[in-house]
Amino acid sequence: MLSIKNLQAKVEDKQILKGINLQVNAGEIHAIMGPNGSGKSSLASVLTGRENFEVTGGEVIFDGKDLLELSPENRAREGLFLAFQYPIEIPGVSNINFLRTALNEIRAYHNEPPLEAKEFLRLTREKQKLVEFDAKLTNRSLNEGFSGGEKKRNEIFQLAMLNPRLSILDETDSGLDIDALRIVSNGVNKLRSEKNAFIVITHYQRLLEYIVPDFVHVLYDGRIVKSGTKELALELEEKGYDWIKEPATTASV
Amino acid sequence: MITTTSLYDQFITLYREKETAQDNNWLKPLRDSAFEAFSGKGFPTTKLEEWRFTNVSPFLKEDFRLQPGAASLHKLHSAVQIPLLDAYEVVLKNGMLNEDVSIPGVKVLPLRTALKNDDLKAYLGQRINLQKHPFAALNTALFENGIVIEAEKNSVCDKPIHITHVYNAEEAVFIQPRILIIAHRSSKIQIVESVVVIGDKPLFVNSVTECYVAENAQADQYNLQIAPSNAHLVNFNQTVQQSNSLYNNHTYILPDASFVRNNLHLDLNGTNTESHLYGLYLAGARQLADNHTTVNHLFPNCLSNELYKGVLLDSSRCVFSGRIFVDQDAQKTNAFQQNNNMLLSNKAVVDSKPQLEIFADDVKCSHGSTVGSLNKEALFYLQSRGIGETAARNLMVKAFAFDVTNKIQIPAVREYVEKLITRKMAEAYD
Repeated sequence: MLSIKNLQAKVEDKQILKGINLQVNAGEIHAIMGPNGSGKSSLASVLTGRENFEVTGGEVIFDGKDLLELSPENRAREGLFLAFQYPIEIPGVSNINFLRTALNEIRAYHNEPPLEAKEFLRLTREKQKLVEFDAKLTNRSLNEGFSGGEKKRNEIFQLAMLNPRLSILDETDSGLDIDALRIVSNGVNKLRSEKNAFIVITHYQRLLEYIVPDFVHVLYDGRIVKSGTKELALELEEKGYDWIKEPATTASV
Repeated sequence: MITTTSLYDQFITLYREKETAQDNNWLKPLRDSAFEAFSGKGFPTTKLEEWRFTNVSPFLKEDFRLQPGAASLHKLHSAVQIPLLDAYEVVLKNGMLNEDVSIPGVKVLPLRTALKNDDLKAYLGQRINLQKHPFAALNTALFENGIVIEAEKNSVCDKPIHITHVYNAEEAVFIQPRILIIAHRSSKIQIVESVVVIGDKPLFVNSVTECYVAENAQADQYNLQIAPSNAHLVNFNQTVQQSNSLYNNHTYILPDASFVRNNLHLDLNGTNTESHLYGLYLAGARQLADNHTTVNHLFPNCLSNELYKGVLLDSSRCVFSGRIFVDQDAQKTNAFQQNNNMLLSNKAVVDSKPQLEIFADDVKCSHGSTVGSLNKEALFYLQSRGIGETAARNLMVKAFAFDVTNKIQIPAVREYVEKLITRKMAEAYD
C-alpha cells in the first residue's frame, strides 16, 4: 500500500529526514516511536504535504501512485488521512458543513455524486456512535470550544467519516486521560480492517496496549534505527531511548 | 485643497448660472452656505486628515457631464437585482424618480416634489457639517434629484423597500442624488439600496443620504455597493436617532467599483438608543474602498456597536477610519467598535484607524483593529481532509465574513450577498 524509500526532507536549511525506509501493507498497524525531535511528526507532515517541508530525496509510492507529486487535497482524496497532533480551530466554519464539503469533494474526485442530505445525516449519526463522539456538531464551529480530548476524538470521528485507506495518527494519545484514550483506541480498533492500514506515531508505549501494532519502528535523528514487533515497545518503555541513541550516533560519525 | 481642476471651475460656473433657479426661500440660504464651503475648500487632498489615505484626484480628471437630464434615460430599464427578494421596488434613474410609488404607511416622493413642502426644512442638510465635508457640501449646493421616503407615525412597513439606482454611463457623468429617509415616531422601515450601471464610461456618483429615526422608531439600511469598475461612488450618510430608537446599517462593498468612499455619521440625539453598524468590504484588483464612520454619543444610556470586516485581494487598497465620540453628558454609554482585515495578497494595503474620544466617566467602550492573512495551518487542515485549495479558501473567507453576513435580517439579501462573495472570490482567482 505504502512504500517509502530513502525519504529525505528538510525544513529551511535543516535536514529533518535523512533516509527513511518503510513498507506498509493493507491490514497492518505500524507504530513509530522515538524521542522528541527525532522526526516523527515531520514524517507525517511530509507524507501529507505540509507546505514548509522540502523533499530532497527518495520516493513514496501510495497504491501505485507517486504520493509526493500530489497536492495535499489529492493525497487525502486518494485515501490518506492525518489525525493532527494539534487539531486546528476554525471559527465560522461549522463542523457539519466542513465534513459535508470534505466528503463531497472526495466523492467528486472519484466521480461519485454528492451524498444526499438524509444519507449524510445517517452516516454522521452512525459514525458518531461508532467512535463514541457525542458532541453536538450542528451550529458549532470546527473544533471551537472543544476540549483537548474532544478535539482528538473529533479527529477519529472525521477518520470514520472519510474512511481512508491509510491513516496516520500523530501523537493522538498525548495529553489524553485514560478514558479518552480508551475511547479513541476503541474507535480505531473498530475501524481497522483487512483493507486499511494505520501508522501510529507515539511517544508513549501506553497507547500500544490499546492499539496493538504489528510492527514497531524507532525513529531517531531522521532515520529508522530499529524495527521489531510490539515487544520492542515494551523494551523501550523499560530502558528509555538512550540505548537506541548510542549506536545511531556512532553510526552517523 | 484642489481648486484648480477644470471640474472645480465647472461646478463654480454651474452654481453661479443656476442662481436664478427657483428654490424655496429656506433652501436658497442652505445651498449658498454649502456652495461657499465647497468653493472655499475645493475637492479634498491627502493633506486633510479625513482624506489622508485616499487620493481622490485621479477620479476627478474625467470630462464629466455634470447634470445629465432625463433625455439620456430612455434606454434605461429597471433590473431585478436580488432574486427572491420580496420588496417594494423603487427605481431611480440617474438619481431621478419618475414613477408613482404606492406603499401602505409610507410616503415616497421625488425630491423635487417633496421640496415644495416646507416641512423638509427641519431635516434637509441640518446635521451635516458642510465646512468639513466638501463632497457633501457640493451635493447640497447642486443636488437636483433624489427621493424622500417617510414612514408615517406608528406604521410598520411589511416589506423592505428596495431602491435600485440605475446610472447611465454611456457618456462620462457626474451625478449627485439626494436621499432623505424619515422614520416618524414608532414606525419601522427597511431600505435596501443597490446599483446598476449601464455603459462603460466613467461614472462619478456623489450622493448624500440623510436618515432621521424618530422616537421609538426603527430603521434598517442595507447599502450594497456592487458596481462595475467604471463606477466611483462617494456617499455621505448622516443619520440622527431620537430616544428609544433602533438603527441598523449594513454596508457591503464588493468588486469591481474602482473607488468607493463612504462617510457614515451617526448622531445619537436622545437617550436609550441602540445602533448597529455592520460593514464588509471584499476588494479586488485596483479597487479602493474607504469607509469612514463617526458615532456621536450625545445622551446617556445609548448602545452602539460597530463591526467592519475587510477581505483584500490582489492589488486592492482599503481604508477604515472609525471614530466614537462620547460627550460629557453621555453617561452609561456602551460603545463598541471592531475592524478586522484579512489580506490575501502581498500587494494589498489596508489602513485602519480606530479612534475613541471619551469625555464621560461612567462608560463601557472598546475598540480594536486587526490585520492578518489567511491562516496557513487552517488551510492545510482543510486540504488534508480532501478540500481543494479554492473551496478551502472560500470556506475560510466566508467564515471570516460570517459575523457580518449573519447579521443581515432579510434572507434573500443575505443569500444574494453570500453568493456574490463566492462568485467574486472565484473571479479573483480565475
